[in-house]
Amino acid sequence: MRSDYSKILSNGLWHNNQALVALLGLCPLLAVSNTVINSLGLGLATTLTLILSNLLVSSLRQFILPEIRLPLFVLIIAGVVTIIELIMHAWFYELYKILGIFIPLIVTNCAIIGRAEVFASKNRIMPSILDALAMGLGFSFALIVLGGFRELLGSGTLLTQADLLFGDAAKDWKINVFDDNSGILLAILPPGAFIGLGLLIALKNAFELRLKATKSATSKIYE
Amino acid sequence: MTSSPPVIAALRIGLFSFIIVGLVSLVYHGTKDKIADNERRALLQSLQSVIDKRRYDNDLANDKIQLQSGEQAYTVYRARQAGKPIASIITSTTTQGYNGDIDLLIAINVSGTINAVRVLNHRETPGLGDAIELKKSNWILSFNQLAIKGLEQWAVKRDGGNFDQFTGATITPRAIVNEVKNTTLFFQQHQHEIFQ
Repeated sequence: MRSDYSKILSNGLWHNNQALVALLGLCPLLAVSNTVINSLGLGLATTLTLILSNLLVSSLRQFILPEIRLPLFVLIIAGVVTIIELIMHAWFYELYKILGIFIPLIVTNCAIIGRAEVFASKNRIMPSILDALAMGLGFSFALIVLGGFRELLGSGTLLTQADLLFGDAAKDWKINVFDDNSGILLAILPPGAFIGLGLLIALKNAFELRLKATKSATSKIYE
Repeated sequence: MTSSPPVIAALRIGLFSFIIVGLVSLVYHGTKDKIADNERRALLQSLQSVIDKRRYDNDLANDKIQLQSGEQAYTVYRARQAGKPIASIITSTTTQGYNGDIDLLIAINVSGTINAVRVLNHRETPGLGDAIELKKSNWILSFNQLAIKGLEQWAVKRDGGNFDQFTGATITPRAIVNEVKNTTLFFQQHQHEIFQ
């Protein structure tokens, strides 16, 4: 049982990372990842959507007839996203204005309907919530790393506008790494998102190859 | 797996829709006032970026009229002090930018000067065209207290006028200068309608 849970976690965070391995939800991933805070905001909203949609799908799975499962998934996800959008509009207004169209577009993030179909409709509530959490955090992780990379290269800062998410106390969390004028403009523009994501995937693959190589090397010694 | 009759499936979709719509409308009613309040506050905040709040005493955000000039629709907010007209604040949009619409807020004093101009929304190139934001540079302040007289000569330096362009971006400032000019001309012609 425990190994099941840890497998769900490692799948979501790493082995089947929705952004870096499954390459799902690229539209919001590429468009919003220009600062760490935007990434974090969209990552949290996506994670919350995943958790609520997996929870609903899993707990209603006896009532969901196989023939109509896809329209029902879409209905549930659209409802959840609308609720999250309303809540952000009411309590995180500034961030809502920045993320704008990408909050309703969470509906079209294939990662969410994918998890409903592949996991939540076949599993009990607890594992489904854990799966959503792991997948959401894995997606957010990729978003934040990409956001950090682009913000750092493009504007030479990190955590700018943290007050949008954490309130006025966070106004001076912004870290100026270097002067604004020497930033690489490309990193903030859309091509920077594609290049950054490509580098990130390459980095992950290289890391895994290295890991595999050391593993087979150590096993050879024992032989 | 035996498939269920279509009627059952249809009823079930109906039931699910009913529940989800119910949930959404519950949340909608819970957040409605807060959202309206946010919108109002955001509007007032942007209005106060072009006019000092000590200069008017009316309910600025609600004292507004719509004017139409060809394609362009203007919303005009009227600032008054003790009932007397002080300034009009005009929302205006130009499509002449480098990338998409640029939304502007232009405050024009009844005495015949521009009070201030701010960019509300734009999608100009970061690092080049976005110097029109006050956060990035002071360029937009060059409209402050500018007399409307001699308006016809307004242009960026490359077009023989007085407004700086940015290194690598002429289109963006040109679009804004032209839009402020056109809006101000329109305002001059319709000033009597605005404060009727």
